[in-house]
Amino acid sequence: MRFFEYEARKIVELAGIPVTKYGFCTSAAEARAAAEEIGGPVVIKSQVLTGGRMKAGGVKFADTPEEAAAFAEEILQLEINGHMPRGVLVDPKAAVKQEYYAGVVWDGTAKKPLMLFSDMGGIDIEEVAERHPDHVGRGHLTNLFPIPDFEAKQTIAATGVTGSQLNRATPVLARLARLFRENDMTLAEINPLAELEDGSFVALDAHMEMENEAVGRQKQLLRKELGIAEDDTREDYEHSRFEENVAAIDAADHRGVIQGKDHGFNGNLGLVIGAGGGSLTLTDAVINQGGEPANYSEIGGNPSVAKACGLAKEVLEKDGVEKIAVMMSIVSNTRVDIVARGVIKACLELGKDPGETIAIFRIPGAWEEEGFKILERYGVEYCDRSVSMWEAAGRAVAKIQGAPA
Amino acid sequence: MSILLSSDTTFIVQGITGREAVNLTRECLDYGSKIVGGVTPGRKGREVHGVPVFDTVAQAVEHHGGPIDGSVVTVPPAFTKDAVFEAILNGIKLIVVVTERIPRGDVAQMVELANMEGARIIGPNCLGLIVPEVCKMGGIGGPAKDAAKAYAPGPVGVMSRSGGMTTEISSSLTQAGLGVSTAVSIGGDAIIGSTYAELMPYFEADEQTEAIVIYTEPGGRMEAQLAAWVQDNNSRLPIVAFMAGKFMDSEAMKGMSFGHAGTIVEGKEDTATEKIARLEAAGIRVVERIDEIPGVVKEKIGAPA
Repeated sequence: MRFFEYEARKIVELAGIPVTKYGFCTSAAEARAAAEEIGGPVVIKSQVLTGGRMKAGGVKFADTPEEAAAFAEEILQLEINGHMPRGVLVDPKAAVKQEYYAGVVWDGTAKKPLMLFSDMGGIDIEEVAERHPDHVGRGHLTNLFPIPDFEAKQTIAATGVTGSQLNRATPVLARLARLFRENDMTLAEINPLAELEDGSFVALDAHMEMENEAVGRQKQLLRKELGIAEDDTREDYEHSRFEENVAAIDAADHRGVIQGKDHGFNGNLGLVIGAGGGSLTLTDAVINQGGEPANYSEIGGNPSVAKACGLAKEVLEKDGVEKIAVMMSIVSNTRVDIVARGVIKACLELGKDPGETIAIFRIPGAWEEEGFKILERYGVEYCDRSVSMWEAAGRAVAKIQGAPA
Repeated sequence: MSILLSSDTTFIVQGITGREAVNLTRECLDYGSKIVGGVTPGRKGREVHGVPVFDTVAQAVEHHGGPIDGSVVTVPPAFTKDAVFEAILNGIKLIVVVTERIPRGDVAQMVELANMEGARIIGPNCLGLIVPEVCKMGGIGGPAKDAAKAYAPGPVGVMSRSGGMTTEISSSLTQAGLGVSTAVSIGGDAIIGSTYAELMPYFEADEQTEAIVIYTEPGGRMEAQLAAWVQDNNSRLPIVAFMAGKFMDSEAMKGMSFGHAGTIVEGKEDTATEKIARLEAAGIRVVERIDEIPGVVKEKIGAPA
């Protein structure tokens, strides 16, 4: 789950890291009031869940409250990479002496969070790591024990930072590390972490992402502290009708799991496929043999006839779909006969001939004899494990392209 | 021989009274596995297919009268970490975590404790592991008769991020007359207990194993770790890899997750293209088509085609 900058700043603040006195505003009038309260030059920043704000004109500097209101008005109506802003952040224009970077990410290989610190803040950390590796400090964190300050100190000192800067930055990085772990973040970044003219350190911008699996146990932070509504899920893209319909069919029945996606797909061959790895393998096999999938899907965990039928119907009703291919890797939990019944039922209910509509049925495994009997009755071409996933996908492609099967 | 399991391996099932766990217990017993107990808090005194149920792991160990080798953990995500801690701190050394949708922080804690106590975790979000005709620990391969059809003993070690593809690939090796030494469903999450590289030393030490097949996907750095291991250790084992999800490299799919929680392209190192290049640079053969695997394995170990 991604957070807007104003929320990420609040999270940082809750962890005891100093931030500037910012205001989150949803109208020009609010922005004017916030600028008046700050009393001095301000920055107006678009609150969108996408990068490239600066380039798109989503960040503006204002000297007076009137200017702040005018820029806020403008930015509130500015779409950036297809996203409309949720509001603007009005922030004092800080007198910055130096910019630093402080971040925590997962290191999947070490299976531990990794602290990162750089004295070259304000730019992309990956770029710094590539060009100036000696300006990036790294330190792994324990998952089990309290996080000591000295580990943050070591990480910062590795970049050559010393003196009062080291002592001021240490608690910031240590607190960031603790909030990362306590709040189930997958990314916690302060960039820039600014040293002001008076020597104090403040977080000028923050970027946070929380693991979706942990949203359920972070209710205190999400609902109480940040006031994020339950249905505000922050998906990366808007779901299509197909995706919503499949999700609704899945939610209506607890037996088994079906998923469907068609973002980025628009071919004529509908895919009713599974399971996780099988779906990836089969989608590649169809595309690599010249096929054009209409969608991606996953069947798993032994769904009911109604669920398999529901998925097949949704796929068949997509624009431009001429045939479906029903394919899975060998199943041991999902039953072949149940999926066979489901997809045949879908064809019949839509007034289509299963033998014509189902280009191929390749699901070997549990209850296959029963399944194959049903398919035979309706004249559907099927195959067992002696036909590979690659070959089955190829047959489906050949059929839809009208070549001799 | 085999890795991690033998005909003497004893294990328990934590969460044994759940629907999936009851099936899994039946399947493993039918396959010949030695399940010496089950744990579901509050259900002490019951039996599942003749296996006694206890409230705690300590009770199961006491009843068994000695150390228990393994545990299959199939409890809801919110309770998994505690169940795994309980297993580790009661002396269990091999833990298969079936549960999916566990937050990474919990998985990382389990792994850190396991490392401290000399235990090994397989999973989460996996189907377990199988030594053909000897023992299966987890739902891998399904009911005993189905598992028998897909898994025959042989010289190939299999590791896969997908549970279903573990069986698909093993079945193709079995059909081709090769067979499997041990097959491990390592799990599809971003952080898992045992990666390819971490299991390689076991296969390296297993005389029966002559080649390795891995199934892999976009997302994560596990392939880079394997490539580095192979280069650093001068392994005697040829490795054949299959990479699924190449379609995810297209710009339209960026940031989308398919198949497993760990399968998401976030950076350029996550892409299928990048991973294939890394594996090949380490001398690992990456096949284009899933059905090429048995033929390439035969070629690598000098078996008749």
